[in-house]
Amino acid sequence: MSEAREFKYIGQSTIRPDGFDKVTGRANYGADLSLPGMIWGKILRSPHAHAMIKRLDTSRAEAFPGVLAVATHSDFPSVTDQAIESGEGSLTLLDLARNVLAKDKVLYHGHAVVAIAAKTSAIAEQALALIDIEYEVLKPVMDVREAMAAGAPILHPDMFTQGLAEKPTTASNVATRLEYKMGDIEAGFKDAEVVVEREFYTPTAHQGYIEPHACTVRYEKDGQSMIWCSTQGHFDVRASTAKLLGLDLGKLKVIASEIGGGFGGKTTVYLEPVALILSRKSGRPVKMIMDRDEVFKATGPGSATRSWVKIGARKDGTITAMQGRLAYEAGAFKGSPVMMGCMTAFTPYAVSNMYIEGFDVVVNKAKVAAYRAPGAPQAEFAVEMLVNELAVKLGRDPIDLRLQNAAKEGTQTIYGPKFKRVGLVECLEAARDSKHYQQALAANQGRGVAAGFWFNVGGQSSVHINMNPDGTGTIVEGSPDIGGSRASMQMMAAEAMGIEPGRLKPIIGDTENVAFSAGTGGSRTTFATGMAVIEAAEDVVAQMKQRAASMWNVTAEQVEWVDGVALNTAGEDRLSLAEICAGADRTGGQISGRGNINARGAGPSFAVHLCDVEVDKETGKVDVVRYTAVQDAGKAIHPKYVEGQYQGGAVQGIGWALNEEYIYGADGLLENAGFLDYRIPVASDLPMIDAIIVEVPNKFHPYGVRGVGESGIIPPLAAVGYAVENAIGVPVTDLPLSPPRVFNLIQGKG
Amino acid sequence: MAVVDYNAPQSVQEAVALLSGSDIKTKVMAGGTDLIIQSKSQAVEPLRVVDLKHIAEMMSYSLDDGGLSLGPCMCCAEFTALHDVETLYPGLVEAAYLIGSTQVQGRASIGGNLCNSSPAADTIPALIAIGAKCRIVGAGGERTVAVEDFVTGVGRNCMQSGELLQRILVARPAPGSRDAYLRFIPRTEMDIAVAGAGISVTLDSQGVCTAARVAIGAVAQTALLVASAADALIGTQLDDASVAKAAAAASAAASPITDRRGTIEFRRHIVGVLVKRATLIAKERAQASL
Repeated sequence: MSEAREFKYIGQSTIRPDGFDKVTGRANYGADLSLPGMIWGKILRSPHAHAMIKRLDTSRAEAFPGVLAVATHSDFPSVTDQAIESGEGSLTLLDLARNVLAKDKVLYHGHAVVAIAAKTSAIAEQALALIDIEYEVLKPVMDVREAMAAGAPILHPDMFTQGLAEKPTTASNVATRLEYKMGDIEAGFKDAEVVVEREFYTPTAHQGYIEPHACTVRYEKDGQSMIWCSTQGHFDVRASTAKLLGLDLGKLKVIASEIGGGFGGKTTVYLEPVALILSRKSGRPVKMIMDRDEVFKATGPGSATRSWVKIGARKDGTITAMQGRLAYEAGAFKGSPVMMGCMTAFTPYAVSNMYIEGFDVVVNKAKVAAYRAPGAPQAEFAVEMLVNELAVKLGRDPIDLRLQNAAKEGTQTIYGPKFKRVGLVECLEAARDSKHYQQALAANQGRGVAAGFWFNVGGQSSVHINMNPDGTGTIVEGSPDIGGSRASMQMMAAEAMGIEPGRLKPIIGDTENVAFSAGTGGSRTTFATGMAVIEAAEDVVAQMKQRAASMWNVTAEQVEWVDGVALNTAGEDRLSLAEICAGADRTGGQISGRGNINARGAGPSFAVHLCDVEVDKETGKVDVVRYTAVQDAGKAIHPKYVEGQYQGGAVQGIGWALNEEYIYGADGLLENAGFLDYRIPVASDLPMIDAIIVEVPNKFHPYGVRGVGESGIIPPLAAVGYAVENAIGVPVTDLPLSPPRVFNLIQGKG
Repeated sequence: MAVVDYNAPQSVQEAVALLSGSDIKTKVMAGGTDLIIQSKSQAVEPLRVVDLKHIAEMMSYSLDDGGLSLGPCMCCAEFTALHDVETLYPGLVEAAYLIGSTQVQGRASIGGNLCNSSPAADTIPALIAIGAKCRIVGAGGERTVAVEDFVTGVGRNCMQSGELLQRILVARPAPGSRDAYLRFIPRTEMDIAVAGAGISVTLDSQGVCTAARVAIGAVAQTALLVASAADALIGTQLDDASVAKAAAAASAAASPITDRRGTIEFRRHIVGVLVKRATLIAKERAQASL
């Protein structure tokens, strides 16, 4: 695309089409659908972190009046150990089945064991207490260090580490070992005059979406089964559930409700297949809603990690070597985002010699799910803390040092491709030139700078636009809207068609009324689904021109399309889009456009954050006093929502850095399964997060779009972490920087 | 618990009669911000509720030369907007202001906070600091108990079955006497105290502290009135050294537990910091009132 392009609608901040329903309470979320004859499902969950199920007898519960169905793992048709596509996460079908209903063994506190459907939720709840179950409690493994130690209790006796030079003969909690390398790491360190290295820890953190998982389902033996649920990818829900229950895709319709937050955590299934089994067994529609407690115990979270990173540089600031070792908790089943951690960790830097290895480790915690730029925040925390330390050792400004080593067009990445045009340098310059960076720090304050990289993805998206006889239209897309994307779709279609955005209504079709679309994840929707929308809109315009041509008896090539109006270049005739739609019955029937694509050319989005904190040295309490998030959007379709993405990512990252963590007892039981003691920041905890939108266009998108949803959560861990280090003068290694931890650091008891 | 019998009496007498009239477990409800959540955690036990919010005197207050007489069910949002009360008891008002969110403030009450008797309740140390008393009524008549004697354990208080808290009474502070309350939480709001401290001090015209009460919360099974901390302040100018002594006395008196909200060591330390800071705020207020 040309950078000088003028837009008519793109770049305005229109009112979101879904806003009115949301603020008036009319929007329907996951728990809002009820059907005639519907019953309620509840789940019995493990009270232990690690235990064998020695005996399970559901007969008393089944006999309880009002109970209509009971489901256990044995209700799954024989599932095999095949890999399935499940949004951003990766799980085999067998692991997925064992996660939604445990088989023989429970692997975390809150692991689902039995599901019961009854006429009321109170009856279901009472019946859960009638399940006779005997456990043999095993020692839990709660951290990668314990899990990787010799003699550790083994979660899965049939799991052998993959990726080792020699095939192992004993089972291990390490599912996979992987590595990426470039250049000669030893030569790189030999060339270095200054070396920094440190070990780091990041805790288990939940996505913290406000809407709990919920669904209403109806199984019909001979017809169409249906799932209504809160999800980021209803086609993924269909694929997973159909496979688990042995259904054809065409026999299962999934409708995505409005969604009250996902952040990656709603890219897999928990309740849906279980509810469908209960519906199959009872012959009734079944509704299931998780309590907050269940959400914390059994969904999400993001991986806790331990990492070691070492960086070498010459005195002139040239970074000569970057090395790292990352161990990520996968939770109870293999599949942490450690690969993404390895791929992103060093990628903001153009350095010749890099080596990184990663370990995917199972522990007795809930299976991790994708969380906004999965894997990257934890890896970048370690790297960016050290780059700040390096700047101090070299006597350099931390932004200046990053500019000297920044990845740019042509930089070779550790994971394969060379960068096309990227905007890291522009982001660093914008941060350096910001008002924030010029402000002096007061007593007890500290400043942190950090950068972050996220790939962004493309993939399959399907869209059609149905025009109405009055010139209005409906955009039917298949990407659940978790961040205001409907407004962006509306604006992109309006731009391509040359009509007011308000003339077009964007909706999310169910799995039957739009073709397959990958889930909303990887910051792909505005980029990929946006491309499909533009293609569909251009298809509409092409048909409009043909219809006008046929009315004027000219060829389509003789018709020009300007601002939603067809012009006859061979005469004076004009026909507006509305007029063509009104006459469509006389020119061949109604008009609809189609855009079914597999989008390539996603543009990476770099982010650079600045954080100032003030530390109360008597209590260890950290206040964020100033915060600026700079990020490359490529092109901001709807600037206000782009800012919202930057701010939202920053706030989640600040929470992760300061107070969010899963707290477990020695018995492996989760002690803070609720928002009271799982402390996400509240509005009064934070200053205004200043957002600076940098626009370095992605030439593979017609309007220059890069995804913006994820990069914003990557820099805050180190931006906050280093700001605290800077304020207290003590090295920071472990998150979260909660008051007791910071107080101990100040006291020298870190 | 499932509410099977909801009652909304119009008078205290009617409420007292209802409290002893049933075999079903009966609970008094003010705002319900604790009771409703507690009732959800026990699904099956039947519960009878006596809602006091329809009794006018339970919802009202008076302030005169004798001091404050507070209807225990007045919601915090209403209470914290009483400027005459805030002038005389700023510490109690700031404690009430810390309970829950804006929405919760529309229901939650000081009486409810007191009767729920949580070790971490914000208003209890604030009430103890100003020497507040509870007037309790039951079938057997009335009695008056100091707040520090009212709470007897975690979630327990001195009220017998059939009794209810009718009034919270606080003497009018003299010029030179003012209070303050501080709590520590990792966030700025929507949280439970890791530790809390309520202080009142009385200064004479020379700036000498002639009376003080120091109460600490969330660092023992009940809020504690710490006489040794007060003694460290009385007779001094509330200078740094004596305030530090009071803080150390409070830390020593604390017997906290380690849980997900803090460790023994951290809580002990923090409660001292709070006592120090709250004392300095109370001192400033007391000086301004002279």
